[in-house]
Amino acid sequence: MSRSLRVGIDVGGTNTDAVVLDDDDRVLATAKRPTSPDVTEGLRAALDAVLAGLPDPRLVTRVMLGTTHATNAILERRALGRVAVLRLGAPATTSVPPLSEWPDDLRDTVAAGTAIVRGGYFVDGSEIAPLDEDAVRKFVAGTPADAVAVTGVFSPASADQENRVAEIIRAEIGDVPVSLSHEIGSLGLLERENAAVLNAALYGVARDVTAALREALEARGLEVETYFAQNDGTLMGVGYAARYPVLTIGSGPANSLRGAAYLSGVADAIVADVGGTSTDLGVLVGGFPRESAAAVEIGGVATNFRMPDILSIALGGGTIVGAEPRSVGYRIGAEALVFGGSTPTMTDAAVAAGRGVVGTHPAPGEWRERLARAVRAADEAVADAVDRVALGKADRPLVAVGGGAFLLAERVPGAREVIRPEHAEVANAVGAAIALASGRIETIVPAAGGGSTRARLIDNAKEEAAARAVAAGADPESVQIVELSEIPLSYLPEPAVRLHVKAAGPLARPAG
Amino acid sequence: MKAPRMQARITMEEVAALARGCAVLGTGGGGDVRPGAIAARRAIREHGEVPLVSLDDLPADALVLPLSGIGAPTVSHEMIHGEDEPVRIAEEIERIFGRPPAAVMSSEIGGGNGVAPVAWAARLGLPLLDADAMGRAFPEVQMVSMYVAGIPANLVVMADVAGNVVTIRPIDGLWSERIARAVCVAAGSSALMADYVLTARECAGAVIEGTVSRAIAVGRATEGAADPLAALTAELGAVRLLTGKLADLDRRTTGGFVRGTATVEGTGDDRGRTLTLEIQNENLVALEDGRVRAMVPDLITVVDTQTATAVQTEALRYGQRVTVLAWPCDPLWRTPKGLETAGPRAFGYDLDYLPVEKIA
Repeated sequence: MSRSLRVGIDVGGTNTDAVVLDDDDRVLATAKRPTSPDVTEGLRAALDAVLAGLPDPRLVTRVMLGTTHATNAILERRALGRVAVLRLGAPATTSVPPLSEWPDDLRDTVAAGTAIVRGGYFVDGSEIAPLDEDAVRKFVAGTPADAVAVTGVFSPASADQENRVAEIIRAEIGDVPVSLSHEIGSLGLLERENAAVLNAALYGVARDVTAALREALEARGLEVETYFAQNDGTLMGVGYAARYPVLTIGSGPANSLRGAAYLSGVADAIVADVGGTSTDLGVLVGGFPRESAAAVEIGGVATNFRMPDILSIALGGGTIVGAEPRSVGYRIGAEALVFGGSTPTMTDAAVAAGRGVVGTHPAPGEWRERLARAVRAADEAVADAVDRVALGKADRPLVAVGGGAFLLAERVPGAREVIRPEHAEVANAVGAAIALASGRIETIVPAAGGGSTRARLIDNAKEEAAARAVAAGADPESVQIVELSEIPLSYLPEPAVRLHVKAAGPLARPAG
Repeated sequence: MKAPRMQARITMEEVAALARGCAVLGTGGGGDVRPGAIAARRAIREHGEVPLVSLDDLPADALVLPLSGIGAPTVSHEMIHGEDEPVRIAEEIERIFGRPPAAVMSSEIGGGNGVAPVAWAARLGLPLLDADAMGRAFPEVQMVSMYVAGIPANLVVMADVAGNVVTIRPIDGLWSERIARAVCVAAGSSALMADYVLTARECAGAVIEGTVSRAIAVGRATEGAADPLAALTAELGAVRLLTGKLADLDRRTTGGFVRGTATVEGTGDDRGRTLTLEIQNENLVALEDGRVRAMVPDLITVVDTQTATAVQTEALRYGQRVTVLAWPCDPLWRTPKGLETAGPRAFGYDLDYLPVEKIA
């Protein structure tokens, strides 16, 4: 008999999914409800549905939430805070001021003011200029904003000035949240600065989602620990998520990949998550999502935090046949032919092809030919997408998840086999529920031959990554370094490498 | 051959095409084109469009100022240039020559150094000369057309992000590389540099003309193309060496350079074949079954097979789907002095140079 249960929730653009898992990660209950505009209602409905199946909801000790709310806020320029954007680097970096390449409407929404003050570091850790503390005070005092974003040159390797600015801001204007770039992104000033600014703009959104979750839990009388899913498929505590909301932005695809790995028992696979409007394809490597090598654009802004490498194609259950890429979306229950509607969708096409039994009405005969053509075109699009993400490797299985997984054929060229695990329709929520907590750090260390300094710096980085994982909720006893990569840097006086360390571990046991 | 033509201007819109073209001409090196493109757009917005002139448009005694960023690409991606560095260099040049420069020239059209001069020219209110000193990217300061043309390298002016200006009077190109590199390291591994300040008269035969227009044309070739790879290959007049996926990558840092080997395994029609790239910042030699298929100073670029965008050596990742293209360099590099300066032996390969069109 299970003593403690976990609830995983995924708030998507169309549906809110929820699952309950026991101590042994067995799925006890699942539910799918429409996402409500205010999030809370959909959350509460999904929670209610999933808890209704349990003998005693008080056995739930933890809730893990994955949400695309922050992503949508940026895409729709909605509920974003106004940010004072401060860069430490003058006289360097002035050829490209902050937010230079932002879309005008997003900049108008977010920017309370920008400044480049004297400061920043050289690659070797010495100061470009001493931090101009007076200029910092003047800027923050004269720039009323909901939050401040601070980005210093080479701060991922030398963070002291950014930390000092956070102190100054606290002393000067009190309790305004501060987003420090070295805690968010890696080397590459503009992309890291963009990420830090987006993070600062999202503080209010994070508060809203957290409040929605708390309300939904309180309404059920649940007192539980809550966590948020982040881009790499790992978790962070609510307090941590409140400080780094931008890290939730890629959590949807990451959760579906992790959930697919768990449900299928396969660690190396291609995953296709078929939704209502699109199919997201990603690759599992050792049970984790393959990450994107390129800078990732969000709402028209280049950022450099790590995101799952996802290929999206316009194919979903609601995709309108003959009018792709349009989708009937959440209206599928009224509009699709199999539900008695008049719009031919990919769901109708798949049902007509005998791939699933959905709805209440047979597809009218006059549509047969067009629906069959649509299925052939969809199969080709999937095969092409699989080929593109597989990078020439055709021996891996394809794990089909998501509400529209039945659209996929029994055999897909480029994949060894198609696996359809049980509970595939709520793989996202399962992925959130089983996630580990993690921490990462990026810095510069001497290349091999750097001797004891090098060894010490690498040890420091490992410790810092582990400490960040613990801060995110991991059990200090079982945190492990799961990734350590070095990229050589050219044209430096002493050979050096960019070091990236990631630590992850299961969540600490609930207190009591 | 110089044909008189209408004076062109580099607009905000053209910067993107220029950046794409410069990335291709960078042959894997030359640094990221994005910061330069952002700086160029901003400078055009603030100071106006930049006239693109040919040597014929300049008086014979007009001073041409070849500018380039020098340093580690990773550093300049983080420690972006200040906007006054070109101004400090121009002021120093005016002090030395008694007159201001009349045009800016890119020292290296490949990579970030091909795009950033648009920003520098805009900041100085000067036209940009439709020429450069490499026609591609090379890793060392003396690997420029002026050196091959026998023009003495007797002046280098550098400005760093902190505000320092350094003037070097080297005795030759090799010393200019050695001292400029040391200054660059002291300045935090990134600086702006002018060397070989020339009159328009001296430029004739000592610079590679038309390369800015060429980069823009290369960048435009893929715009809206149904088959970007075919469009790019045709525009470059390139040989497609192999299409495949990156199967192995061995990188190490020696003597300040990233050296390494990238192995591309053929896919599709090229299945069963393997191409090996020798890298020193740029792609230098392409080998198949021990046979050289292209070598420096001819140009070898790795592009994304889908989009035909250039992939820098620092961005190469296991599993990427790429196509390797090679095409002929400017004839200047195929002269004896050109090959001595930037031929395979200049990079430590015991190979006799053979043109790509004969061996690919």
